[in-house]
Order: sequence, then C-alpha cells, then structure tokens
Amino acid sequence: MSAVRTPSGDRLGRLLNLVPYLLARPGILISEAAADLGVTDKQLREDLELLWVCGLPGYGPGDLIDMAIDGDHVTISHDAGMDKPLRLNPDEALALVVALRMLAETPGIGTRDAIERALAKIESAAGDLADAPVAVRLPANQKKLAAVRGAVDSGHALRLTYYTAARDETTDRVIDPMRMLMVGGFNYLEAWCRRAEATRLFRIDRIDGFTELDEPSAPPVGAVPHDVTAGVFRPGPELPLVTLRVGRGGRWITEYYPVEEVVKDTTEWLVTMRVTDLGWAQRFLTGQGRDVTVIGPPELLDRIRAQAATALDQYAAPTGLGADPLTAG
Amino acid sequence: MSRTRTERLVNLVICLLSTRRFLTAAQIAATVPGYEHDPSDPRDHEAFQRKFERDKAELRDLGVPLETGTASIFDQEPGYRIAQREYALPDILLEPDEAAAVGIAARLWQHAGLAAAASSGLAKLRAAGVEVDPQATLGVEPVVTVDPAFGPLTSAARERRAVTFKYRVPEVDEPSTRRLEPWGVVCWRGRWYVVGHDRDRAATRCFRLSRIVGDVRATGRGGAFEPPAGADLISHVARSSGPIARNGRATVTVRHGRAAGLRRLAADVTPGPDGDRLTIVYGDVEWLAARIAGYGPDARADGPPELRDAVIQHLKELIVRHEVPAVTA
Repeated sequence: MSAVRTPSGDRLGRLLNLVPYLLARPGILISEAAADLGVTDKQLREDLELLWVCGLPGYGPGDLIDMAIDGDHVTISHDAGMDKPLRLNPDEALALVVALRMLAETPGIGTRDAIERALAKIESAAGDLADAPVAVRLPANQKKLAAVRGAVDSGHALRLTYYTAARDETTDRVIDPMRMLMVGGFNYLEAWCRRAEATRLFRIDRIDGFTELDEPSAPPVGAVPHDVTAGVFRPGPELPLVTLRVGRGGRWITEYYPVEEVVKDTTEWLVTMRVTDLGWAQRFLTGQGRDVTVIGPPELLDRIRAQAATALDQYAAPTGLGADPLTAG
Repeated sequence: MSRTRTERLVNLVICLLSTRRFLTAAQIAATVPGYEHDPSDPRDHEAFQRKFERDKAELRDLGVPLETGTASIFDQEPGYRIAQREYALPDILLEPDEAAAVGIAARLWQHAGLAAAASSGLAKLRAAGVEVDPQATLGVEPVVTVDPAFGPLTSAARERRAVTFKYRVPEVDEPSTRRLEPWGVVCWRGRWYVVGHDRDRAATRCFRLSRIVGDVRATGRGGAFEPPAGADLISHVARSSGPIARNGRATVTVRHGRAAGLRRLAADVTPGPDGDRLTIVYGDVEWLAARIAGYGPDARADGPPELRDAVIQHLKELIVRHEVPAVTA
C-alpha cells in the first residue's frame, strides 16, 4: 500500500494487461472479458480503441496492435510484443501470498492441499517478493469445526444446542445453515434461526451440540447474510448505555468490546458502552472483580447490590441456596 | 491521466520492450508519438524533459522495470530499455482447484486495505491465461481486516528499515514512542502483531497493530538490520498466551436451569436437591471467585475454603463499591 493508485494509473495497468489477456482467449465475448476484468463493456471498448492506435515504432499497419472485432467478439491478431502481463508488484505479491497463507491456516477449510500448491506456484512466480514478512496462525477446535462443517455440507437443517452469552442460557433451536465464517479469530455458522425468524451468527465454540434433521436446510429467500466487515457486534443507539469505572486490569474491555467513550479519571478510566442486555452487563461486569465498578445506570447498581446481598445470605445459612432471589428477567 | 498521456505511455512501454539497445531521451522523443518538441528551444526542451521524467516515474510506480545504461562506452547520455525477462510475469500454470483457491484468496481482502492490490494481482494472473471461477467457495469464508499500520510495517520489514511509531497500551493513557527493527507481521487468533528488535529496550518485542496510534514512519536506510535466521515470529506472539496450569478443583452449587455460563466450565455436573453440583477445574482462584460472584444468588461456592472466602469477599466489595449515589472522583 505504498500508494493508493489513481484511477488513471489503474487504466495504464489495465491496458498493459489487456493485450495478453485477450491473446490467451481468442474470440472472447467483450461482455465476458469486461466482467472478468471488472470494467463495463463501454470502458473495455474504449480501452480497445486506444490500444488500436498503439504499437511498435514506425506505427504503420504492420506495427500497430491489431485486433478483429466481430460483433461482440474480439481477437488480437498482432500484439506488438505485449504478449505477457507485467510481473506482480510488491503489494500484489503480498496481498495474494498472505491471503493464501490465511486460507491455508483457516480452520475447517476444505482442499488445503490445493491452497498449498497454489501458494507454492504464486510464490515461485513472485520471485523475491514472495518472501512476505507475514506469518499467520489461527488456532481452533478443529474436531468440532470439522463436525459442524460436515453437518453444514450435508445440506440438512440442524437442531442446535447453543449457549447465548447475552442471556446466559443454553437453548435448543432449529436452524437452516447458510455459510461458515471466520471473523476476528472466531469461527461462526451463519444460519436462519427458525425460533428467532431471523439470520443469526452462531459462534462455533458456543455450539454445545447438534443433530442433523431429515429435512433440507431451507433458509427463506429473504434471509440476508450479515455484513461482518466492521465486526460481529455493532451496538446500535437503541441499546442501553452502561457507565463503568475500570482500573488497569479491566482496561482490556475497551479493546475487546466496542465502547462509546473512554475518559481518564485520575488513576482509572470512565468507560461508556452499549450493551444488548442489562442482565449480561451485570453478570459480566460484576464477574470482573475489583477492576470494574459500575456507576450507571442507577437501576443496575440497585440490582448489583440486591443480588450480592442475597448471594451473601447463602453463606450465612448452613444449607441450601436462599429463597428465590430477585433475578434479572 | 489524459487519453493522450495514456496512449503515449503504452507506446513508450512497447518501444522500450522492443529495443535491445538503450535508447536516449532524444532518440525516444524522435520515435514515440507525443514527445515531439524543438530541442533547440530551451523552454520547449525543458518541458519535454519534465514530461519524460513524469512518465518514467509513472512507469516505475506501476512496477515497470526501466533499465538505465548506455548503448556504448562512447555515449555520454544515459539510455533506457525494458528487459522482457524482467518485465514479464513468469509462466504460471494453475490447476482448476489451485486457480479457485487463488480467486478465493483474492476476495479475502474485499473490504480491507489490500483489496486493490489483490484484484490487480489476480488480473495479471488472468492475463497470463489463468481461468478463475468467481463462484468457487471453500466451505469457510475468512473475513480479513487489517489495521492501517499493516502496509507500512510489512514494507519496512521487507526493506529491513527501522520504524518509529506511537504505541498505546490500554493500561497507560499516554502513547509512547517506540523504535523498532521490524522482522515481520503476525496474525495470531485474528489479531495482528509486529515482532522485532526494540531499539530502546534492546530486546525482542511484539506490538499489537491496533494499539499503534497515528502513522508508522520508516527511518534510515534499507538493509539496516538482519532478522535472526530462522526466527519463529509466531512463537514470540503466542508465548504470552500459553496454557495456564489448572490445579484447583472447585465445588459450586448452581440453581436448576440457571448459570449456564458456569455449567459450561464444569468438568462434571451432579443434580442435587438444592441445585446442581458442579466440579470446576481452575487455575486462578481470584478469577473463578469473581465469576461466581457475578452470578449472584444463582451460584454458591462450596469449596475449597479459599474459593468460598474469596467469593464472600468479592460479594461484600460489590455491595460497597455499588452504593448509590456513585461517587466520581
């Protein structure tokens, strides 16, 4: 990413590429070539017009790039020495080599063998540039992932036993698998959840069990995959705000979860974050020990005190858990 | 770039590819359309020289290997040519499954910084005759995002140039300036790190890319250092997150149907009259005590005594720390 290439520089690169591309595919449909190269038909025709007047010194009939355009098909008849594409530049080599290493490391992926072979060939074509100073390791529970993947590949609907951290419950539901993803080091199964009647992302490590059903996976036509490029959890403004005071040992929270604001407060930090569920916030935040203190909203503080007091009673009583407590709904 | 300039540059590439002799600027001006000027007019000649310099820079930017030299020892003027073997992408033959892997790899960066480089790299492979199926999938889709520091750090590591950057660890507010000889970049569990020799600490260090604030600046010349032979970059990053020894065995009673998160930690669950009895194997007593306290009256630590005492202490502190009104310092 030495430089963001300008669209004009893009065009020159595209033109240098176009002759060998067409040379390798005599008689290709212009629309097919355009789609392949990521340009419109109109752009491609303009590129061809430009190339038509370029060629070898002399610039006579035998020197210029020549091509036959037969309706919608094009064939290069004289390449003026431009029969090979330009070699990969450092950024291109890096982008392809690292992506292939990433694929080869992605847990649960099929055809690892093909990826390794492709990587070796790209590295060899990239020469010195293939020595990308980038290493990738993505550990995962391979066995579980392979099992889930096998079930997804079967094309059947699944009955899933799934732990929902937000509500701290493990429930059963029937889902129609759509795809498997890996985002930010976690593996997910994206599926239509028949109980929620919506698309849901299920973290593989929170799937506690599953059975394949006899019926096929049939996500409804309107089931839209999530856009996960900005992360899996993106809190919206409708979610409740929680304010905390965190010490050094709890500061990792601001790196791990999306937060609204972090303000330094003498030796600690005041953090504002949106949470999907106050019950989750209570369990999670009070489970962090001394490094995290909730300072708002007031009802959350009331709940924390009430629950801690009820919990303490259990240790005063000689046996049994106390009376049914005031719990998060 | 104007159409005339693009046309001129394509002709320049074709001209320099076709020559074995080095061509001087004057010879190029006399040959390639678009450089016509009056060499005896100083202003006109200067304008040509500027134009030619810009064009050379554009080609080098695109990765075209312009060679400079003289045609004979009697020549004073430098000449230019492009060696075909330096210019051309080496022949690359990919099997269909390998081509599919490359196509999928190029899509990984779809939403990240390397997207443009990956697709122009793929376009070159296509121009070399590789057929890429845009529909191919591998069962698991990795979604890869990189931090802005990725580009400058990989370039610096490749060129063996030292870098300086501002780095903010979450536990400290003020970012500090670090000077590093970057050996390489590592993706570990979905997060990016740079590993290298920290010039100020005089030791090997790794830094998380997401904690780098602002720009990464390369300083000094290339080839300024040599990474240790056979350095295992991943081990430097992975070292800090090795397995924890778990020697403790806790007994925890949880309410029927509650505390699913604790149940998932349990090695064993035995139903009892006042709840389910969990056996949890643990390493850090404070860590487990804080989590049990987070479950309030849904969970009770029965033993060992050090765990029970730690939970009671956590609960008492929770009440004190969450008195209303919250006092902000």
